[in-house]
Amino acid sequence: MSRHTLSVLVENRPGVLMRITSLFARRNFNIHSLTVGPTERGEISRMTIVVDVETQPLEQVTKQLNKLINVLKIVELEDDASVQRELMLVKVRADAAARGEVLDTVQLFRAHVVDVAPDAVTVEATGSPDKLAALLRVLEPFGIRELVQSGSVALSRGGRAISDRALRSA
Amino acid sequence: MPEQLPLDPQLPVAELTGAQSLIRSLEAVGVEVVFGLPGGAILPAYDPLMDSPHVRHVLVRHEQGAGHAAEGYAVATGKVGVCMATSGPGATNLVTPIADANMDSVPMVAITGQVGAKAIGTDAFQEADIAGITTPITKHNYLVTDPADIPRTIAEAFHLAATGRPGPVLVDIAKSALQATTSFEWPTSVDLPGYRPVTRPHGKQVKEAARLIAAAHRPVLYVGGGVIKADASPELVALADLTGIPAVTTLMARGAIPDSHPSNLGMPGMHGTVAAVAALQKSDLLITLGARFDDRVTGDLPSFAPHAKVIHADIDPAEIGKNRSVDVPIVGDAKLVLAELTAAVAAEFEANGRADLTAWTDLTSSWRDTYPLGYTEPDDGTLAPQHVIARIGAIAGPEAVYVSGVGQHQMWSAQFVKYENPRTWLNSGGLGTMGYAVPAAMGAKVGKPDTVVWAIDGDGCFQMTNQELATCTLNGIPVKVAIINNSSLGMVRQWQTLFYSERYSNTDLNSGDHHGAHATPIPDFVKLAEAYGCVGLRCERPEDVDATIEKAMAINDVPVVVDFRVHRDAMVWPMVEAGVSNDAIQYARGLSPEWDREADSDGVSTDDPSHVQVIS
Repeated sequence: MSRHTLSVLVENRPGVLMRITSLFARRNFNIHSLTVGPTERGEISRMTIVVDVETQPLEQVTKQLNKLINVLKIVELEDDASVQRELMLVKVRADAAARGEVLDTVQLFRAHVVDVAPDAVTVEATGSPDKLAALLRVLEPFGIRELVQSGSVALSRGGRAISDRALRSA
Repeated sequence: MPEQLPLDPQLPVAELTGAQSLIRSLEAVGVEVVFGLPGGAILPAYDPLMDSPHVRHVLVRHEQGAGHAAEGYAVATGKVGVCMATSGPGATNLVTPIADANMDSVPMVAITGQVGAKAIGTDAFQEADIAGITTPITKHNYLVTDPADIPRTIAEAFHLAATGRPGPVLVDIAKSALQATTSFEWPTSVDLPGYRPVTRPHGKQVKEAARLIAAAHRPVLYVGGGVIKADASPELVALADLTGIPAVTTLMARGAIPDSHPSNLGMPGMHGTVAAVAALQKSDLLITLGARFDDRVTGDLPSFAPHAKVIHADIDPAEIGKNRSVDVPIVGDAKLVLAELTAAVAAEFEANGRADLTAWTDLTSSWRDTYPLGYTEPDDGTLAPQHVIARIGAIAGPEAVYVSGVGQHQMWSAQFVKYENPRTWLNSGGLGTMGYAVPAAMGAKVGKPDTVVWAIDGDGCFQMTNQELATCTLNGIPVKVAIINNSSLGMVRQWQTLFYSERYSNTDLNSGDHHGAHATPIPDFVKLAEAYGCVGLRCERPEDVDATIEKAMAINDVPVVVDFRVHRDAMVWPMVEAGVSNDAIQYARGLSPEWDREADSDGVSTDDPSHVQVIS
């Protein structure tokens, strides 16, 4: 198994997400993370799908995704040729004694505190999956109350856009 | 008083109901017949449908029949078939034919009523999420809740169904949208930014394919249903004539090149001819045209055509490389691909000569002569099913349309009827839907009323959808049905004979001569036919076969059903057992061709360029 990131431009319509995920579900492939949001054009949404799958079946799924009428373009983003970011909100135990140390860690990772309670702080962090994992490792000893994480969003590096013709479709 | 329709069904209308908009849309797109059955949610559409001077409605007895009829109509005519049903159970009864059409790339539009928009999602009476249910088995589908969307949606649905790789499209319309007032404006063009099928092949790929073809010593044209879908038979014959390359026609491609054509080796696959199977196995180049390396053709995939390079032309890029890695992929419409490929091959022959195929075609011809399709006549005076089917084919001739169900009779119909024309052989290939024959024959006959249409059905299949005989009788659709009655689920029984120690678990249908527990056959197919207003005939002896078929041929005002009581132990041969290599084909039980010796003796090495002999 290897991890792949697909960036998919789709029409912004009801049911599109289901059409896409069902092609993975049909093969019993687990989607590691999936993010959908608007793009620079209102009628088009962009999905970032991270999936653990072998290369050969992924190629077949990609071809079948391309057949979906509402799918406009699919590009596979390689790790070294793209920027990938995730967003995490994590609620960490931080009483008066521990708070200073927690805040130092937050600063070290260029994260932000977005909510404070007498016994906890909520930290917002963005970054690559590796960076967020590292932050979590450091915060863990303080006690993690709760955490929520977005899927990856990703863009290719360089000046070109996914909608450019030159960019080869997956 | 029904409103008088303007002459041009595409003219805009300022105010009308969604239902009227739907019927006008069907008229605008050129629909001539709809197979369907009304119910609560689709009821509003049936009112204006009654007045349409353009659209005929054929009232079926079960929605599955409507779906298969639409398929039969589509395959026989090349037009888009249309079926209509109500919400909930009406719609779910269409699921099987929709899945069938999806597997066999049949252009079909299914229109279903849905509960009112406000009731959707409330588990309302007869509510089913049919768009959700059919998502994996349609090319595309729609849920329409705004009546203003109806014309555009219908235009898109027909465009999607008919173009690219054809397939079924479902349009689910909420009852509230059918009842609401709207305006009608037919779209001037279809705007689907995510749908741009490639029809014209890439010139470089075509040239590369031509180069491989000219150099190949053992090429085979592996012809699939896509050639028939693309109406590319003349182009295929031209390529075969130019090159002399042997051709195999898959179950979906029977008739794509005439069986009488010297290149045609017949059907490959699990029940293919020895010549067709052997040619693929020994080939050094598969020229794959609108075929998809189905498991029933390839058998064990790693040992399929192990020495062959592969040219794969298909309109669907997702088919290319799906099962077999490809040396030259060509995405395009088979008609255009074949035309350009033939021109490129001619140019290549002209410029660089070609390999001598004499040794290869001698070999394939010898396989065809040594291992013809055959069967053993039962020695007890009962009917051989193969004989019945061969005689139907011979008497009805190559202009007739043949429609089968699924099972032994289907394989025998693919083997023993000689097909000379495309769109004359209809069957459920991919999904393998028992019950396809009677309703599909009905649809084919509606599309081609002047053509003789024979449903060659099994006694098991026939009992799944025979209620459509009522539809046929009442609507003047005189199909002919041959029930190849072996009183059992024959193909399953064959596997029980071969692989389950002759333990016949639940395959005895008690419907013919070999009845089991019940003293008489149930049902009596002749009486059943008569009950439906058809002529019912029975044939039990070999000497009566021709006269019975001729009698059926002479009846053209009502449907005819013939109960052919055939021998139960007849089996379909040749056979490649499931999951084993095609090399292990048996042309009769326990008998395999000794082709390794023959193949070695021709001594052609595929890698040695010195064997390329220039003929010019």
